[in-house]
Amino acid sequence: MANLAPSSPQRLSGAVVRFAGDSGDGMQLTGSQFTTAAALAGNDLATFPDFPAEIRAPQGTTYGVSGFQIHFSSEDIFTPGDAADVLVAMNPAALKTNLKDLKRGGLLIVNSGAFTAANLKKANYAANPLEEDSLSAYQVVAIDITKHTQQAVQSAGVSNKEANRAKNFWTLGLMYWLYGRDLTPTLDWIQSKFTKEPEIGEGNKLALKAGHAYGETAELSHFRYEVPKAVAEPGLYRNIGGNQATAWGLVAAAELSGRPMTMGAYPITPASDVLHELSRHKAFGITTIQAEDEIAAICAAIGASFAGNLGVTATSGPGMALKTEAIGLAITTELPLVIVNIQRGGPSTGLPTKTEQADLLQAVYGRNGESPLPVIAAQSPANCFDMAIEAVRIAVTYMTPVILLTDGYMANGTEPWKIPDVSSLPKIEVKFHTEPEGFHPFVRNDETLARAWAIPGTPGLRHRIGGLEKDYASGHISYDPKNHEKMSLTRAEKVARVADSIPSQTMTEGPDSGKLLVLGWGSTYGAIREAVRKARADGLEVSHAHVRYLNPFPKNLGELLRRFERVLIPELNLGQLSVLIRSRFLIDAKSVNKIQGQPFHTDELGEHIRSALGEMS
Amino acid sequence: MTKLIDPQHLTKKDFETDQDVRWCPGCGDYSILANVQKTMPEFGIHPDNIVWVSGIGCSSRFPYYMDTYGFHTIHGRAPAFATGIKVANPALSVWLATGDGDGLSIGGNHLLHVLRRNVDIKILMFNNRIYGLTKGQYSPTSETGKVTKSTPFGSADQPVDPAGFAFGANASFVSRSIDTDAKNTAEVLRRMAKHVGTAFCEIYQNCNVFNDGAFDAFRGKSAKDQQLHVRHGEPLLFGESGQKGLRLNTRTLGLEVVEIGSPDASGRIVEASDILPHDETNRALGSLLASLPFGPFPVVLGVLFAELRPTYDGTLHTQGLEANSKKGSLDKLLRSGTTWRVE
Repeated sequence: MANLAPSSPQRLSGAVVRFAGDSGDGMQLTGSQFTTAAALAGNDLATFPDFPAEIRAPQGTTYGVSGFQIHFSSEDIFTPGDAADVLVAMNPAALKTNLKDLKRGGLLIVNSGAFTAANLKKANYAANPLEEDSLSAYQVVAIDITKHTQQAVQSAGVSNKEANRAKNFWTLGLMYWLYGRDLTPTLDWIQSKFTKEPEIGEGNKLALKAGHAYGETAELSHFRYEVPKAVAEPGLYRNIGGNQATAWGLVAAAELSGRPMTMGAYPITPASDVLHELSRHKAFGITTIQAEDEIAAICAAIGASFAGNLGVTATSGPGMALKTEAIGLAITTELPLVIVNIQRGGPSTGLPTKTEQADLLQAVYGRNGESPLPVIAAQSPANCFDMAIEAVRIAVTYMTPVILLTDGYMANGTEPWKIPDVSSLPKIEVKFHTEPEGFHPFVRNDETLARAWAIPGTPGLRHRIGGLEKDYASGHISYDPKNHEKMSLTRAEKVARVADSIPSQTMTEGPDSGKLLVLGWGSTYGAIREAVRKARADGLEVSHAHVRYLNPFPKNLGELLRRFERVLIPELNLGQLSVLIRSRFLIDAKSVNKIQGQPFHTDELGEHIRSALGEMS
Repeated sequence: MTKLIDPQHLTKKDFETDQDVRWCPGCGDYSILANVQKTMPEFGIHPDNIVWVSGIGCSSRFPYYMDTYGFHTIHGRAPAFATGIKVANPALSVWLATGDGDGLSIGGNHLLHVLRRNVDIKILMFNNRIYGLTKGQYSPTSETGKVTKSTPFGSADQPVDPAGFAFGANASFVSRSIDTDAKNTAEVLRRMAKHVGTAFCEIYQNCNVFNDGAFDAFRGKSAKDQQLHVRHGEPLLFGESGQKGLRLNTRTLGLEVVEIGSPDASGRIVEASDILPHDETNRALGSLLASLPFGPFPVVLGVLFAELRPTYDGTLHTQGLEANSKKGSLDKLLRSGTTWRVE
């Protein structure tokens, strides 16, 4: 391969790189460092970590493989990419499970040192794939990374075990060389991360540098690429993941409302990081309660709301099911509350680390009795920040629990985010009731129908609320038939009026009328947008709109949908938004479903768009 | 609906609501309500600063009858709501009414955790050993073999003892009383109000409809000799003449009933100094007293155990104050870590 070396790196508009290895190999760390490097180089990017539910599954097995995919580009991108241009496989199991996602002709970097007889057996390889021609469709670079790393870190005086664990830094160093990245930020990161274990830090640094140097000396220049800066709006940027953005959005909402926040939570994948992040921010008046279970978590949050704080809880899958009864109480006592559901594969325990959008109908309808509440959904990692603020705004403006839906894909995925000017964020008005004259706990605001928020400790406003039906005119317990109907209609009308304060539905791609509309919600945003863009570039008559307000819908949504001949709704479920759209608007929407715990690929959506248009012509 | 209250001279009336009390006539809950309404004014806490929280069941209607702030929540979860309320506003005096079904069946988990965390709230558990509001099924404190609507062949369950449960959950304050015993209930309530931490009180409460007479053996006026009222530092004496008492058997590490001036099992004459004095700071003694089976032993009432230790809400509040002294900057937070500028 040496004679092919060109003198300068090949210029590319973008690339998709996937790192895959054992769940103990540090692939998530490698991926996130590589991501930072891409961000600092000014690329647009999107990432997709994909890891098993087991913390350290048995070494070398296919079910213990952890992956991290990054798509970086000099152009606007919205997804972590379909197939990979480069696959880094740290062992046979990683190769076995990930090779199908590598483009034909793609670059395959493997750690040949891990292709031992034992590891090959664990991955069910009858023969070593590196020694036969089964990989001839790819450009294979097999390097004994294990051996090179051990040699590189010798002088740091670390154990063999620690030396082996530095493999990922060696690999990262090589990848930095291939894409012309600066080592400094990662070297600084290692320095700050390993202050207490300087030898390990030193070993990691040596490994990183050695991997980088290897690229040079092994004459891998013909695999060297350059991805120029993307054009982006001027401003200060950072990379952000969905859970972090959700937590920061909640912190911002506490600041914007001037109210302390109390979060009740119970650890659950993939929601725990929201708890972890919020627990660090006591300086913003945020208190977190790690409760004894999911039920206690939401109940503590409701208790805090009753007392005048912003009650928040975050959960996923089975945790959401457990909170159902308490959500009903928050609805009938009309207390503000934010419930973040970071959806994962279900039902029951399902696929804890995989993504899905199958809790939409549960969010909208899943409680006993007529129990409406606002449901909103974020559409990308950074968008979680804005939607978390929205959730708090709606909750306190309308005195209602609000469900914010995100999912595992956007929770763990990252994208560059233009850091907002804090002073430009709109304030959230919170006004407690203090006037005893004419007070009862269910006295309402004429415009929003929100009931008065009168908190314990307020002079002269002593009152009792609870889960029993209340009299419309006094707030006392009432079993009166007509009153129950009036209260049910009022609660429904109040939630319907949320539509008065949410933005109209806008288009993401294409004109707001025409042949085919692809309508999405949640984390499918990127894949749909990219697919529609490509289809439009190919001259197809298709548009994209993405719904963030799912209950109530934006007021103009029905009219917008009717301006298209056909509506296509792709979802990572068996057609839940379709059910809502069909029942609300009597529109014969066509459903596209995927329920594999994995996001849509742009290409598969492209095919659905083509076939939908094909059926119409 | 707002009445004028003189905070210097709070009265029973100040704690009564205008709502009709809807318990069955003759229910023990009436006595408890009256005792609480009569005693609370003594605490000097304005009703505006008191919150009563409850779950579901007969006992959980309690907040509707107290003219304070009140939250009638969902079955078994009142301790979690109360925790949220107290954490959000530690200045509030938070009280919780629950029952044996609400607190020990569906809500057993939450009761365990609120007790061990030592959240500064006061819990009254009305124990009537039956499900009342659902019309008469056996409860987790019902005796084994109890015949009810849901157990026509007798219940196979073995009961839990509420005070014993509280000790198992590492409660910082455990007490007991009887619904109709106004004097002891008032004493216990005063102590609960003063206690900083979770104060737990089991109140034997007669359900005259579904489990009438459950506690007759020690509840009635004629059964006073079956009650042992504990007082810190005083000997554990009971009985009509006050000559019966509890002595520590050092061989079995258990308590035994003896009578002053009478011979014990070994023939030795029992002296007054043999009777164990009550030490409410002694967890082991409190636990022993809570677990004494009625029959061979009297029912033990009063403050069994009290210890001062940090509260959950207090610790969180202190952490919050410390963190708040360097007020967070949202702008700084969003810009923390790796950032880059696009020109």
